[in-house]
Amino acid sequence: MKTSRIRLGSRLFMGLVFLFLYAPILLLIIFSFNAGNSNVVWKGFSLHWYTQLFQDRIVMGSVYTTLLVSLLATVIATAAGTFAAIGFYAMKRRWRTPLMTINNIPMMNADIVTGVSLCLFFVATFAGWNGLVTWLETSYRLTAPRLYLGFGTLLLAHVSFNIPYVILNVMPKLRQMDKNLLDAAQDLGCTWMQAFWKVAIPEIKPGIVSGALIAFTMSVDDFVISYFTAGSATSTLAMSIYSMTKKRVSPEINAISTLLFGAVLVLLVLVNVMEARGEQAKKRR
Amino acid sequence: MKKMLALALACALTVGGMTGCAMKDDPAVSGSGSADTQTSGRVVNVCSWGEYIDTDLISQFETQTGIKVNYQTAESNEALYSVLKNGGANYDVIVPSDYMISQLIEEDMLAELDYDNIPNFAKIGDRFKNLSYDPENKYTVPYSWGTLGIIYNASMVDEEITSWNAMFDPKYAGEVLLINNSRDALGIALMSLGYSVNTTDEGQIQEAFQKLADATGAGVYQAKVMDEVFQKMEGGNAAMAAYYAGDYLTMLENNEDLRYVIPQEGSNWFVDAMCVLKDSQHKTEAEEWINFICSTEASLANMDYIGYASPNEEALDQYPAYYEEQYGEPLDQEQYEIMAAPQSILDRCESYLVLPAETRTLYNDLWIQLGI
Amino acid sequence: MKNKLSLFAVPYVIWMALLVVAPIVMVVIYAFSTAGGGFTLDNFTRMGIYASIFTRSFKLALIATAVCLLIGYPVAYAMAKEGPGFRRVASVLIMLPMWVNFLLRTYAWMSILEKNGLLNQFFSAIGLFDLINSLFGTNIQYFKMIGTPGAVVLGMVYNYLPFMILPIYSVIIKLDHSLVEAARDLGANSTQVFEKVIFPLSLPGILSGVTMVFVPSVSTFAISRLLGGGTQMMLGDLIEQQFLGGAYNPHLGSAIALVMMVIVVVCMWLMNHFGEGEEQAVML
Repeated sequence: MKTSRIRLGSRLFMGLVFLFLYAPILLLIIFSFNAGNSNVVWKGFSLHWYTQLFQDRIVMGSVYTTLLVSLLATVIATAAGTFAAIGFYAMKRRWRTPLMTINNIPMMNADIVTGVSLCLFFVATFAGWNGLVTWLETSYRLTAPRLYLGFGTLLLAHVSFNIPYVILNVMPKLRQMDKNLLDAAQDLGCTWMQAFWKVAIPEIKPGIVSGALIAFTMSVDDFVISYFTAGSATSTLAMSIYSMTKKRVSPEINAISTLLFGAVLVLLVLVNVMEARGEQAKKRR
Repeated sequence: MKKMLALALACALTVGGMTGCAMKDDPAVSGSGSADTQTSGRVVNVCSWGEYIDTDLISQFETQTGIKVNYQTAESNEALYSVLKNGGANYDVIVPSDYMISQLIEEDMLAELDYDNIPNFAKIGDRFKNLSYDPENKYTVPYSWGTLGIIYNASMVDEEITSWNAMFDPKYAGEVLLINNSRDALGIALMSLGYSVNTTDEGQIQEAFQKLADATGAGVYQAKVMDEVFQKMEGGNAAMAAYYAGDYLTMLENNEDLRYVIPQEGSNWFVDAMCVLKDSQHKTEAEEWINFICSTEASLANMDYIGYASPNEEALDQYPAYYEEQYGEPLDQEQYEIMAAPQSILDRCESYLVLPAETRTLYNDLWIQLGI
Repeated sequence: MKNKLSLFAVPYVIWMALLVVAPIVMVVIYAFSTAGGGFTLDNFTRMGIYASIFTRSFKLALIATAVCLLIGYPVAYAMAKEGPGFRRVASVLIMLPMWVNFLLRTYAWMSILEKNGLLNQFFSAIGLFDLINSLFGTNIQYFKMIGTPGAVVLGMVYNYLPFMILPIYSVIIKLDHSLVEAARDLGANSTQVFEKVIFPLSLPGILSGVTMVFVPSVSTFAISRLLGGGTQMMLGDLIEQQFLGGAYNPHLGSAIALVMMVIVVVCMWLMNHFGEGEEQAVML
């Protein structure tokens, strides 16, 4: 039948595209078990690079930093973004449109422009502050901590590019929400705070969750913004890999990518299995 | 969706917790990410170059003194300068090359050292003290020294390479690696034309730039590299590169077809020296680190690992015996001379002097133009 | 109650002023000043030398976007036509690489494209080079892949393809199938249905996908650095060099960043003009 041939063709095409997407990753994974230190010459099976990875303080430190920054930034951005979205929703259009445009800037702008602008801003602010501290120290013998680019600025940068994604996911849900529900809740005796927490938030929950998920993905995947705002002593995983590629590349990178990939795969498979089971349970009911 | 987020958080927290625990056992690592304010624990922030230290020395220092070491690397002197000028870095010890040190001294970015805290400084050979970049020796302690030369793969190149002109020869199109910093790249072109690497004559510099641009246009260069050169040369992915003597010896261990030559036109010899930044908050720790590094034991271990000669005269003398003890075979004289070039070779080499500001701007502009 | 709620946004507005507006203002200030601190248009006039970098960046980004569209649209369309189980698995498979860090994905290609890398070794093993040599009388031993513009485009396509597939897919899924049925009832064949109903309705998704591929492609520096070997300098490399790289000049860097920002904004505005809605469709 023509349709089944078309179907076969389209499946084949999809299969090829998926192969294209996954082949390099699979190669990375395979060579992470390579006994030699090349990505091209296979010298036998070995777990050597995994043990070396766990002893490599720089890479493990950066994995830790990446996860910590991404989690914190997601949590903060989700909370702040939800409240901001509610605030924007309640605003008059006259205020909302320009503010939303400004809000979209970090998303629309190229990463490098955001990174460079934040870097200039932080450095100028810190230069001023450190100058002030030096003056205090010399004139009044008071000291205050000096500020440098580091984990704090990295976190600030991540939060600031995550919030727009959260807002963008929450706003449509707010619009779709039936306003009558809130009035109904108040008619039934809730204060507006209670109405808010018990009615509005559950309605927009899917938006909050998808916003948080996107924020986390963007944070973990980020390289350019972190590169410009993390300073010298802090590095995320992407930054460590970048500096490793400028030197001798060790298959430790393969090991860490295998672990990351494996963790994410397990996670997504679990979630999908649970969702599928949930759907089946609903069908049975 | 909700479950996805919950699971994602749980998973990430577990992994984060595991790595956090794994790292707590390692006494050298603590919140290395929270370096944006001063901590009261003893810490020293070092910025050096890639493949430039025996990492065991870092752990040795940490256990001996209890000072935590944050060891970072930069790509080239110019990149280091950008990072320092940009203001975001809070390094204590940096290891720039001679000409960059002069520039930093000119711009008043270095702190004067208290040599009473660095007794091992006495072991540094006199020929490495009071050099042109730091004539009164107030700011620096030398770390290593060596030469720049051509590294080539004898199995991929038919003839013996003797001149810098090989790096511009279309015969080797696609097989040559250009060094990725303006000073060395333009320096190579200048030397191939017979000019001094320190010339400020704009005409000569433009001529050198033109030679590089022509070669780039002819497709001679496969890529512009610094430390990526290790992978490329060892893997036989390129036939020729200009790089430093110590790194050649490291590469030789992984590919025996490689050769090193100082071309007939002469070359550059350099000294990398440790200095402390002026607004460093950990000067005492920095000086302790410097003192540790130039001790003879540390120098011997470092020389062996990185392949660069140490300026510590005692270490230089003891190295052949040290090598024999470590590896059970005598040190190859040719390799030793590549590592610690004899005076006859040094006489044919020029060292970089700091260039005046207009020339530096010219170099920067030409360098960007070359990339186009 | 509504008015009270709008106060929720105030902290964020302050935040935006500090961390979005002020940094951009700083970029503008730096772009128009010199190291000495005076006002100057020098940085902009000097940019003329770099016109070829601008053209190269835009050219490569456009090619990458076009390739992504050509590959991505059919995949999204094919995915949308399958059953829910397949679709769920397919969406997960598309999203999965995005969770593996962007740099890792790019790095994966480095060793494959090298002169002695896997692809060349594979070609050599299957005798491709011998075949070509005998057919054309040449003497090639390998394909030069890394360090070419092609490698950079490949890197961009590889990294940003999911960003093209997902928006298109999510829009096609939400298409009202009664429209398609109505068109069929009125006598359109499959090609006409596609051309006149499905394609125009999926335009928002296409625009979203194009945005999400073009902007990062034009401003990338990691991909051009890793896969271009430093020989394919793009706008991102140029800017990075001025701040943390080998030619320190934050004023010139800011000027270039500003120009890039303006060009991107103009492109976005143009696309929005032909698209709909003030919000870009987000992937999920």
